[in-house]
Amino acid sequence: MEASDRPREHSPGPDSGPADRGGVLPPTHSRMTLKVNDTVHVIELDHRTTLLDLLREHLALTGSKKGCDQGQCGACTVLVDGRRVNSCLLLAVAQEGCEVVTVEGLAEAAGADGDLHPLQQAFLDRDALQCGYCTPGQLCSAVGMLEEARAGQPSVVTDTDRPTDAPVRLTVEEIRERLSGNLCRCGAYPHIVEAVQEVVVRDVAAREVIV
Amino acid sequence: MKPLLYVRAESVGEAAAAHAGRPEARYLGGGTNLVDLMKLGVERPEVLIDISRLPLDQVEELPDGALRIGATVRNSDLAGHPLVRERYPVLSQALLSGASGQLRNVATTAGNLLQRTRCAYFQDVGKPCNKRVPGSGCGALTGVNRDHAVLGHSEHCVATHPSDLAVALAALDAVVELAGPGGGRTVELTEFHRLPQDSPDQDTVIRPGELITGVLLPPLPGGTVSRYRKARDRASFAFALASVAATVQVRGGVVRHIGVAFGGLAHRPWRARRTEAALLGSAPTPEAVARAVDAELAAAVPLRDNAYKVSLARDLACEVLGSLTART
Ligand SMILES: Cc1cc2nc3c(=O)[nH]c(=O)nc-3n(C[C@H](O)[C@H](O)[C@H](O)COP(=O)(O)OP(=O)(O)OC[C@H]3O[C@@H](n4cnc5c(N)ncnc54)[C@H](O)[C@@H]3O)c2cc1C
Ligand code: SF4
Ligand code: FES
Ligand code: FES
Repeated sequence: MEASDRPREHSPGPDSGPADRGGVLPPTHSRMTLKVNDTVHVIELDHRTTLLDLLREHLALTGSKKGCDQGQCGACTVLVDGRRVNSCLLLAVAQEGCEVVTVEGLAEAAGADGDLHPLQQAFLDRDALQCGYCTPGQLCSAVGMLEEARAGQPSVVTDTDRPTDAPVRLTVEEIRERLSGNLCRCGAYPHIVEAVQEVVVRDVAAREVIV
Repeated sequence: MKPLLYVRAESVGEAAAAHAGRPEARYLGGGTNLVDLMKLGVERPEVLIDISRLPLDQVEELPDGALRIGATVRNSDLAGHPLVRERYPVLSQALLSGASGQLRNVATTAGNLLQRTRCAYFQDVGKPCNKRVPGSGCGALTGVNRDHAVLGHSEHCVATHPSDLAVALAALDAVVELAGPGGGRTVELTEFHRLPQDSPDQDTVIRPGELITGVLLPPLPGGTVSRYRKARDRASFAFALASVAATVQVRGGVVRHIGVAFGGLAHRPWRARRTEAALLGSAPTPEAVARAVDAELAAAVPLRDNAYKVSLARDLACEVLGSLTART
């Protein structure tokens, strides 16, 4: 097995809080296991900790952003077991045993050739950001969204008469609707949609070559 | 947020036992409403009983053709389920017009039905609110009430129920399955959510410690068509100002089956029985449809800022019923 395939063990550091001392946890804390970007972490945490705070404050993965902390902006979007979610509304303790991918792990999770996921490259090529605060969330959301569309998951603008399991054709209208959970205060939407479209077009071309 | 105990339930019995005798306990579904309200200080549980991993995550077809939706089926999975898309498009559309892709991936069927109102006074612990603190008054009654109710409200509370899913389920004659300390029971969805009357702190008829285990969807008569339409302040990712769910079957030019419910207008999904009664057995001409919709909305009592909801709901219902009757 390649070293990089093997989940890395990671013990809680000295900063993991009062729960750490003496080995006995107060009833308001738990010890949990979470795999984040291919690293397995054993973490002791206060039950009130959200997944977003765990990532940012305990694991120093500050790519995921806190915009609203209320599920309204999408800046905190990550993938949990492959599905896009708002990490600000998830209690970390409830994610025991799950696999989390953050923007820091997107390229690796996709088995990308270089350091960047194709969507990240497309965002750069198309200038799909201004301040960049919403970008990690936009990227994780778009990755999850492409997977949903591939699996035939409908959106509210999807033609209901089409077969239920075929991949959904991602028109501009579909992309805009499906990414509506990600706000961009800089209004970079036109370029974000272009960047996603570029990846969609390449994807479809690749699929047609294989078929 | 208060320090919290956390219990992951492995079975319905274990969940109910963990809740028994603990008014400060809450069930945790996806948490997309509960965690939000905990951050705001509106909900202050001391124990969370995580039910999201209970084996209630399936949609099954029953021998009589009904569908049973497990309480923890995620909104996105329910919306995309082949049988739901084929037989109950109104349900799929209602789910997909709610929240965002990320939220729907987490939100559960039961949690969606039990989500609390989005009334801004309810969410602000510095404001009076009878739903949050009984007897403290209703900030919205004479305050900013553009988003509030026009039907079935009381002087104690003018909030609306925010769920889109519940509106579709109301039109579909769905039934809620509950498990509790006293055993199991079922409640029709249209009877599950309450009107506020003088106790708006009770959103529903659920009893302390009771757990929703699932929702039953009876089969629709053959040839029934259905649709959900929602009006909101922006094109996507916003709560309903008004919405309508409808199912219609027309045979020989006459309405044989009809279910209509409004969202965004009341403290619960508003089943439009008067509209249905007016159309059942008659020809759904545009004039008849408009008269039938007006018959329901005649009971509306708008507040200072929300008279627009009555004409909005009227137009939505006329358009949806018109398009459906033209299709069958
Ligand atoms: C920004 C934003 C926008 C949204 N927009 C919409 C929208 O447009 N339309 C819409 O319909 N919704 C919308 N929602 C609300 C969302 O749909 C709900 O938050 C979600 O459905 C709640 O489900 P949950 O599983 O996360 O519930 P939780 O947050 O886990 O639970 C909600 C409540 O139900 C209780 N509960 C959960 N499961 C059970 C059970 N099985 N038995 C008994 N009690 C239970 C909990 O104790 C809690 O009181 C939005 C939410 C956000 C944050
Ligand atoms: S409308 Fe209901 S929820 Fe809103 S402030 Fe009044 S009592 Fe509270
Ligand atoms: S920070 Fe989570 S949605 Fe805004
Ligand atoms: S690039 Fe600034 S918020 Fe989107």
